[in-house]
Amino acid sequence: MSHIIPSEAPRRRQGNGFWRKTWAVLIKEFIQLQRDRVSFGMIVMIPLMQLLLFGYAINTTPRNLPTAVLLQERSDVGRSILAAFANTGYFRVTDLPATEAELDRLLASGKVLFGVEIPANFERALRRGETPSMLVIADATDPVAAGSALGALNRVVQTALAHDYAIPGAGTPAFEIRTHARYNPAGKTELNIVPGLVGTILTMTMLIFTALSVTREIERGTMENLLAMPITPIEIMLGKIFPYVVVGFVQAAMIIGVGILLFNVPVLGSLFVLAGLSTLFIATNLSIGYTFSTVAQNQLQAMQMSIMFFLPNILLSGFMFPFAGMPVWAQWVGEMLPLTHYLRIVRSIMLKGATLSDLHYDAAAMAGLMLVAMTIAVTRFRRTLD
Amino acid sequence: MSEVSAAPTIARPNVGDVVIDVQHLTKKFDGRAVVRDLSMQVKRGTIYGFLGPNGSGKTTTIRMLCGLLTPDEGTGTCLGYDIRTQTDKIKTQVGYMTQRFSLYQDLSVRENLEFIGRVYGLENPKAAARAAIKRLGLSGREEQLAGELSGGWKQRLALGACTLPSPQLLLLDEPTAGVDPKARREFWNEIHALAADGLTVLVSTHYMDEAERCHEIAYIAYGELLVHGTVEHVIAASHLTTYVVSANSGVLNALSQDLTGKPGIDMVAPFGTSLHVSGRDGPALEAAIALYRRRADLDWKKSEPSLEDVFIDLMSKAQDNFK
Repeated sequence: MSHIIPSEAPRRRQGNGFWRKTWAVLIKEFIQLQRDRVSFGMIVMIPLMQLLLFGYAINTTPRNLPTAVLLQERSDVGRSILAAFANTGYFRVTDLPATEAELDRLLASGKVLFGVEIPANFERALRRGETPSMLVIADATDPVAAGSALGALNRVVQTALAHDYAIPGAGTPAFEIRTHARYNPAGKTELNIVPGLVGTILTMTMLIFTALSVTREIERGTMENLLAMPITPIEIMLGKIFPYVVVGFVQAAMIIGVGILLFNVPVLGSLFVLAGLSTLFIATNLSIGYTFSTVAQNQLQAMQMSIMFFLPNILLSGFMFPFAGMPVWAQWVGEMLPLTHYLRIVRSIMLKGATLSDLHYDAAAMAGLMLVAMTIAVTRFRRTLD
Repeated sequence: MSEVSAAPTIARPNVGDVVIDVQHLTKKFDGRAVVRDLSMQVKRGTIYGFLGPNGSGKTTTIRMLCGLLTPDEGTGTCLGYDIRTQTDKIKTQVGYMTQRFSLYQDLSVRENLEFIGRVYGLENPKAAARAAIKRLGLSGREEQLAGELSGGWKQRLALGACTLPSPQLLLLDEPTAGVDPKARREFWNEIHALAADGLTVLVSTHYMDEAERCHEIAYIAYGELLVHGTVEHVIAASHLTTYVVSANSGVLNALSQDLTGKPGIDMVAPFGTSLHVSGRDGPALEAAIALYRRRADLDWKKSEPSLEDVFIDLMSKAQDNFK
């Protein structure tokens, strides 16, 4: 058997060795960083993600905004005006509702940002030189998104009839566009931001609550005990998520309450529906956080995953920048994020007075995301220490 | 396997009486077998000691028994339930005390016990926790956070926690590591009282005195179960001859170096002012030490090998086989 203590003591260097000891720690840190794949990934991913999203996805003067057109008459002039709308680059006709009620519903649900209404007998009035007017309704909940498009409307008037029709009274505008900034006529940004903050704050806090819940048990060694007990992964998951649903609910009530009191944000829709869908949103985020905690190796990784998830939530959900202004791929990514759907819900209920039937798509999407997250969490949850 | 494993064991009990019955268990981590071809039987009401060096596969075996690990090969039952497919059933009847304290440090003694009571579906978890606190002598500490308890109290609480749902089988993984002798003795008195009530206890330990308190022991090294039976059987089956030499320490140190590695001498171990000299081949050992026995400054005495001598011998033999 060899001896543990060497017979000849190794020689030591002289002096305090400040740099030598610093060097020792530095080497150790580098080795540990190398082993920590997620940290390493974050060093690469976060700047890359930020660059790509800010560079390609975000556009503060959004174009191609979804527009619904209600044609009360079928005429060549109407078609020509629509073409002029599209030519500005700001409008993209996505829906042709048949009635005003349908148009209102499209606006309330957030499916379109603009509604254009060309009244009956528009062409005849035009030909008589009566300067008829048409209506453009803008969803002004997000003043930034609507602003530049509204500014382009003048051009529509000028170009719409320039080529094709000899309309009497050239020089003066042949028709008039009346704009109506709906939901937020004064264009106050806080009306848009405060409901958005409800979702953003909830995302951040809820993710972190549950992102640590499983990794903490593993790191503290309590998981072994828990796994040896007759309890199933679903029971553990629901037991861990539920308390924070209550916490999140209190938090949401607090933010909305402050928004109403200090910023005079209205709640036009039903508080009951808002509370219900907020609870769903809270549960969805908690499930996603919980999923991270079943995938992560330790608490640090779980935190890093939460941050990586939080970033696109902020940038691509329509909280900071107009959703409709993003390219299609970014919108698809946005649809995968619960915050995107909740922002539509919370803004629609508070500012537009939307009802559950206007919001069923977004509610279903959130519920779907929650179920996907829960399924991943339950299947990822390791029932054994294998 | 060595010839020791063929040592006579106590007559096979009735099947109904066997609580743990596993055959040819193998568990690999990253292709390396941690437990190899392990078979064992434990009867109801037995305190079964599980001994072996660090990393020998004791914890892995215990985890396979309670469903925390799935064996790669082998079959078996625990409390009559299949250890592969019926782990949910096993978990309701087994109390497992982990090697590392694994109750919630940020919950109080009472809250920890109540949590366990609820998970196991006790009718009145609060009352069960209260009763356990009294039984464990933890009265007055029930509101203390588990993380703030001293080592001995933590271990007591952990034992109380795993016995709370009155399981039929206790699996204790090094329950007394780092606990003072008095607390250890109390702990073992507790274990014997529980076993007398029909509870089966499988306990792993490094302490030889604890091994001697078990009804049966098994020794495992490098993932293989080398020997099992009562303490007397294990010692007898070792065929080890041991001499104890007493002298003053200066002489002993030189003697130890002299004797180590001599043919016929397999083991030399210092014990304070004496030296244990052992060999597997009795006559060869005696021939090797014959010269030294004449020395006036040494006092030679033939003795029974201690359990520790036996285990260290087993371990070095296993190491030889392993190479």
